[in-house]
Amino acid sequence: MDFDLMLKVYPFFLEAALTTIVLSVLTAILGLFCGALGAAARLSRFALLRFAGAAYVSLFRGTPALLQLFILYFGGPQIGIQLDAFEAGVIGLGINAGAYMTETIRGSIISIDKGQREAARTLGLSRWQATYKVILPQAARLMVRPLGVNLNMLVKATALVAAISVVELTYTAQRYIGSTYKPFEMFLLAGVLYMIIIYAVGRGVAWLDRKVQIT
Amino acid sequence: MSEPLHFVEIRHAQKSFGAVEVLKDISLNVERGQIVGIIGSSGSGKSTLLRAINDLDPLTGGEIWLDGVQVNKALPHRQYEKHINAMRQQVGMVFQHFNLFPHMTARENVTMAPKLLKGLSQSDADKLAEEQLDKVGMLERIDYYPSQLSGGQKQRVAIARALAMKPKMMLFDEATSALDPELVEEVNLVMKKLAEEHMTMIIVTHEMDFAASVCDRVLFMDKGIVVEEGPPEILFKNPSKERTREFLRKHIEGAK
Repeated sequence: MDFDLMLKVYPFFLEAALTTIVLSVLTAILGLFCGALGAAARLSRFALLRFAGAAYVSLFRGTPALLQLFILYFGGPQIGIQLDAFEAGVIGLGINAGAYMTETIRGSIISIDKGQREAARTLGLSRWQATYKVILPQAARLMVRPLGVNLNMLVKATALVAAISVVELTYTAQRYIGSTYKPFEMFLLAGVLYMIIIYAVGRGVAWLDRKVQIT
Repeated sequence: MSEPLHFVEIRHAQKSFGAVEVLKDISLNVERGQIVGIIGSSGSGKSTLLRAINDLDPLTGGEIWLDGVQVNKALPHRQYEKHINAMRQQVGMVFQHFNLFPHMTARENVTMAPKLLKGLSQSDADKLAEEQLDKVGMLERIDYYPSQLSGGQKQRVAIARALAMKPKMMLFDEATSALDPELVEEVNLVMKKLAEEHMTMIIVTHEMDFAASVCDRVLFMDKGIVVEEGPPEILFKNPSKERTREFLRKHIEGAK
């Protein structure tokens, strides 16, 4: 193992890790947004919206994320969507993560006992009032952990955007392998940094989960 | 249809879940201040009838009138939602499994709806919570969460929550069925107190002794119809129908 080389290149990897983090954060925000919309559609009173939500989930969970990125980045210009690699990465991964988050959010909402909604409605609350006063506060507490799992997957999925040449951790490792011919060291370095990010995410989720629990 | 003459009028209530008919042409009148008990074995339709009164289980046929207004009137969706929300504010409901909001303290459980729907200020809401929780003997637990309360205490908070909307009547759906036997009495005492204040109540129950002691009138339901109804001293002591006798025999012996 060439530790000297690793010490020499690691500042560049840190910079790449920062890109991975920014990519993850933006993807998570877009994913949560899509997931919330998707869950609302899946649980809608209107059959058309329910269908749209279900179609979104099965389309994006039913095809490889890598393929979705390729379609967006390489195929996009053909239908008038011009995005740089980073934008395509965030949008592609965000929409993909949103499909998984849709199911997480929906699952948390439907696991709330139906007596909760009934009690709220018998007091005179409207459907929406019952949802935001009674159902969502309880569901939000339930979804912290499973959304944490989604977030974990999402951070690792950012490695896929190396394939459309976004200069993040995995792409950086590949690039340094090209000049150093030391794939073991370079991938190991990237792996350690991924682990640190994932560990921090895990701790953050556990902290949030504890914080929102009811006494 | 004619104008209603009674406080609550159920006219030819009919309810089917798919091919199963759970309520078959039930008519029932309740006067202001009356306390009506509904007994019957599970599956008899008694809970469904109760839940139809505030439209939790909408009828498939018939009418429900409360204080001169039809509860289940035909309206376009948005208007109906508005109408039913206003109707439900006038009808308190207590559930078998309490259905307290676990993320809210007793105080918040009681004040949430009055604040949201009637625009009560925090100080008025606090006063209301203290008053209602005191009434059910739960004032000293006002800032406890439901998870910190026993079943009987939860149910008493649930009753306070319903009363805080100042309803015209109360519906009890087997309010003590999920409680340990030693906790039943504290909830029954609260209900008796309401009875003394002449709150109009419809009580679905498995407890014959309780029904006999508080109800003005008791209905025995079986297979979606009201088999027999009358004052408790007659219905329990001297029922005229064989099905009623059979049910009471099983139930009262079973309880011993």
